[in-house]
Amino acid sequence: MSLAAFLASLDQLATDGPARIAAADSLEAWSEVRNALVGRQAGRLSEIMNGLGALAKEDRREAGQRANAVKQALEGALEERRAAIAAAAATSGPALDLTMPGRRTWHGAVHPVSLVIDEVIEIFRELGFTVALGPEAETSWYNFGALNFPADHPAMDLHDTLYLGDDQVLRTHTSPVQVRTLQQYPPPVRILAPGNVYRRDFFDASHAPMFAQIEGLVVDEGVTFADLKATLTHFAHRFFSPTTRTRFRPSFFPFTEPSAEMDVACGVCAGSGCAVCKHSGWVEILGSGMVHPAVLEAAGLDSERYTGWAFGMGPARTAISRYGIPDIRILYDSDVRFLEQFAR
Amino acid sequence: MNISHDWLERFVPHGRTAEQVRDLLTAHVATVEGFEPLRADLAPFVVGRVVESERIPDTKLSFNKVDDGSGALLEVVCGAPNVAVGAKYPFARTGTTMPAGLVIEKRKIRGFTSNGMLCSARELGLGEDHDGILALETDADPGTPLLDVLPLGDVRLVVDVLPNRPDLLSHRGVAREVAALTGVPLRLPAEVASLPAFPGKPATGAQEARVPGLRVTIEDGEGCPQYGAAVIAGVTVGPSPAWLRAAVEAVGGRSINNVVDATNYLLHGFGQPVHAFDAAKLAGDAIIVRRARAGETLRTLDGVDRKLGTEMLVIADAERATALAGVMGGEASEVTAATTRVVLEVATFEPRRTRTTRRAAGLSTDASYRFERGVDEAALGELLALGAALLASVAGGRVEHLLHVGAPRPDPAPVTLRPSRVGHLLGDAVPVGEIRAALESIGFRVEASGDALRCAPPSWRHDVAREVDLIEEVARLRGFDRLPDVLQGARPGTVPDHPLWTAYRRVRDLAVASGLMEVRPLPFAAGGQGHALVRVRNPLGEDEPFLRTSVLDTLARRAEYNLNRMQGDVRLFEVGTTFRAVPGALPHEEHRLGVLVMGLRRPPHFSEPEPPAWDAWDAKALAEHLSAAALPGRAIALEPAEAPLLWSIVVDGAPAGVVTRLALDAPVWARPAFGIELTLGVMPSAPPSRAAAGAPAPRAAVPRFRALPTTPAAVFDLALLVPDTIAAARVGEVLRDAGGTMLERCELFDEFRGGGVPAGHRSLAWRLTFRHPERTLRDKEIEGRRAQLLKTLESQLGVRPRTA
Ligand SMILES: [Zn+2]
Repeated sequence: MSLAAFLASLDQLATDGPARIAAADSLEAWSEVRNALVGRQAGRLSEIMNGLGALAKEDRREAGQRANAVKQALEGALEERRAAIAAAAATSGPALDLTMPGRRTWHGAVHPVSLVIDEVIEIFRELGFTVALGPEAETSWYNFGALNFPADHPAMDLHDTLYLGDDQVLRTHTSPVQVRTLQQYPPPVRILAPGNVYRRDFFDASHAPMFAQIEGLVVDEGVTFADLKATLTHFAHRFFSPTTRTRFRPSFFPFTEPSAEMDVACGVCAGSGCAVCKHSGWVEILGSGMVHPAVLEAAGLDSERYTGWAFGMGPARTAISRYGIPDIRILYDSDVRFLEQFAR
Repeated sequence: MNISHDWLERFVPHGRTAEQVRDLLTAHVATVEGFEPLRADLAPFVVGRVVESERIPDTKLSFNKVDDGSGALLEVVCGAPNVAVGAKYPFARTGTTMPAGLVIEKRKIRGFTSNGMLCSARELGLGEDHDGILALETDADPGTPLLDVLPLGDVRLVVDVLPNRPDLLSHRGVAREVAALTGVPLRLPAEVASLPAFPGKPATGAQEARVPGLRVTIEDGEGCPQYGAAVIAGVTVGPSPAWLRAAVEAVGGRSINNVVDATNYLLHGFGQPVHAFDAAKLAGDAIIVRRARAGETLRTLDGVDRKLGTEMLVIADAERATALAGVMGGEASEVTAATTRVVLEVATFEPRRTRTTRRAAGLSTDASYRFERGVDEAALGELLALGAALLASVAGGRVEHLLHVGAPRPDPAPVTLRPSRVGHLLGDAVPVGEIRAALESIGFRVEASGDALRCAPPSWRHDVAREVDLIEEVARLRGFDRLPDVLQGARPGTVPDHPLWTAYRRVRDLAVASGLMEVRPLPFAAGGQGHALVRVRNPLGEDEPFLRTSVLDTLARRAEYNLNRMQGDVRLFEVGTTFRAVPGALPHEEHRLGVLVMGLRRPPHFSEPEPPAWDAWDAKALAEHLSAAALPGRAIALEPAEAPLLWSIVVDGAPAGVVTRLALDAPVWARPAFGIELTLGVMPSAPPSRAAAGAPAPRAAVPRFRALPTTPAAVFDLALLVPDTIAAARVGEVLRDAGGTMLERCELFDEFRGGGVPAGHRSLAWRLTFRHPERTLRDKEIEGRRAQLLKTLESQLGVRPRTA
């Protein structure tokens, strides 16, 4: 090929190119033109440049310089045009109404009671707790006897029980998991036991025959009531707010001694008293206490050597106050309009 | 337990406000869950002072100017004759609601405006006096709340007494604690402290005692360790004195008459249930404590005729049962207006026997509640004398005789406390002197015994049996709030996460990401699959007495609930327990994932106004994905199953779940519903042991890196005419086998029936992707591969390509 023919091709491209670029009125058309002109694979410029090798050696320098100039001119024009198209697209509405909704998928949801359980577990996990589970149908021994309930005693009246047989019950609390876990694993034990428990309570706005509970248990040498207080206060600060005030007041559970109920200052009235806290300024959050030596002994541990503490809370009650749910039955109905409120 | 703040203060003059007592009890003793000012209805009334007063001519009315502390003088018309300038009276401003319900409004009387009302005692519910307005003898400024001026400020504290502390079921019991916490000594209230003592000694006996006109016999000493009786003659049944009426009403009772009110005073004041018989109605002048006889009947005070059983304990006269021991008296021996001679029973009934009697009768009373939990047996002698004297005092009689049969059981045994153990358990060392003082303050007798303390509980504390019980007493009396609460380091635990919890969290994450919503419904069912149903013995309702055998059944009911509310897009999942009866053992429990989908597959969008509904293929893929997430490392296959099921989920070769179309009670507009149920694992019920830590759960295979392809792929489609008798999966298998190592992908992407496809056949199209690891495949090679595949299909399955 002669230098003249090479340069003629370049000139042709330098003339045609800008016109084609100016004609591109969309990003798609622009992209096509760019490929046709300066595309690395099939662009006209690349085609012409392929002829460079066929030129006489002394002509190549000039040809190369001219080709480069054309390339720069074309690329400059292309960039200018791209910006212009983009600007036009941004200002001309009707082409694409970007306010229209995106193509959604259904959003799933975690049940509010599970949300509370998750949050509790998350906080205690940081303190080295793991999750233990146990059966919901239990023997009377695991549910009562091993937990130091005296047989045929008014303490049993606190647990209105659903019976499956002479010696079988639907567990009335998650505390049987304490005994099962201690039977299976040696101390140190640091567990949480979430699960469903049953009471012979008729369904109403604040009672259900089955509800979730979450139990915590720590057993090791040298575990103290001060540890219980510190850990549960830490939990309250994480779960509610770092400035939440707590109080521990005496209570009674057959399987802990001493037993204490933990309250937090009412979040609604900040302690001054309102309907939510029944004008006491405090809201009951959980029951707790030092594991009764009889429970450690029932699980086969030396109660002189080991001490422990435990707590139990009702996530449904927490969910109800946290999310403002007026009636506990809503948690069980499984109405999709309710569940959707917790979609993520 | 209702505690009157005034009554409590008569036991222990602590000088604290009701609020302070509430906080003290809650922090150290038992939670005060109710705080009820008894005359809260008088809260809006204030002290008003009459500044000017003039008669309105020709009426009984006066026109007054009243200072109510608001700054301005109010014009008030009053009808009372005793209005005096400068005097102070209870004043109701406009807007105040009177105890009788009337609201005081501004009104015109005889041309004079009245802005409020000066009140009489009767108008305030403070008595019958209506001769004039109630003059207040007070230095308080006008505007001071009336309740701050009149001694009406009694507050009812509702104390939540838990089963371990029956000693708190009385004012004296609560007062003991207040005395210990405040250091103010306990005493007898003035109204009983000054009663005359019985001049003689009670007649006693181990099983029987007699006085002229009464014989008391305990035939069942196990059910009734001791029985005290007082004979009070010359009684006149009538209204109670004001202080007694106030006491009874303060704890929420209703004043009946002096005899009944006196028995209630003993119950609430001292925790001792007592009962008054009309002595004249006791046949044979006898009281016999015995088991009821089979077939015996008794009409109790509530008017119910009860059939008695031999498990019940009764009080009988010489002829028949006359009271349910420790539970309720009988109508036949009831004290009436005509009664003049009363036998007052002050007895101790054994807790378990009372529980049995109460249960058999189906009747719980204040008395049975206390006997079941245990009364202070050692106090019987004191309370018998005190009760008799009180009754005689308020009902105008005379105590003739006291009888005391049997004896209190011995006091609880001493418990040894090592002071070092207090610090060991509480995390805060308590000085021995403080431990001692704390226990002694609530009636324990403490003696040093080497390094330890020997602590004898008082007669009213049968709940203290172990060292730890004493430590609790020390901890609560000092206050839990005084304990340190600095978070300490801890050793890591030995318990791994339960595999079923891990499976739940894994499957839940994917289910939520797939657009499903978690539910936690009740697991009761009307019936179930198979015959090994677990039945609740005392179910909440006979409509659903069983525990479910399937999570899907529960979800189906929940979907119907939503359909009834016009909600057709239902995407629910639950991880819950199913139960199967096992003879002679706890039920077999499985944790199962249940999924129910129906309605639109996606939300409508302007680009797709009518999205497709969920179908079986969606359910199949969802089941595969969820199963893989729930059970990593396990071989999962969905095998076609017999109708009405669609697929069986097979895990490691064993069926572990189903995918099914669900038959719901659904309206016509409802879309088809599909269900998935998968067993995540079995929850063991057998007692665990240290050895049985169990094998670790299988884990997902670790992915291995495969070199990324560097050569181009060759892709072609095969459209095949497949007879309905040959499963698509079988064709896919043959293709994969015949495709060799270079077959990278083999995907069924189309199904077609109709035009040009013979009957009994469908056209199925696969897209095959071949790749040579080192070089580009030549056209000829690809053609050869295609021809060979078709040949193999023809020879192995008789399947031919569909020609256009
Ligand atoms: Zn509040």
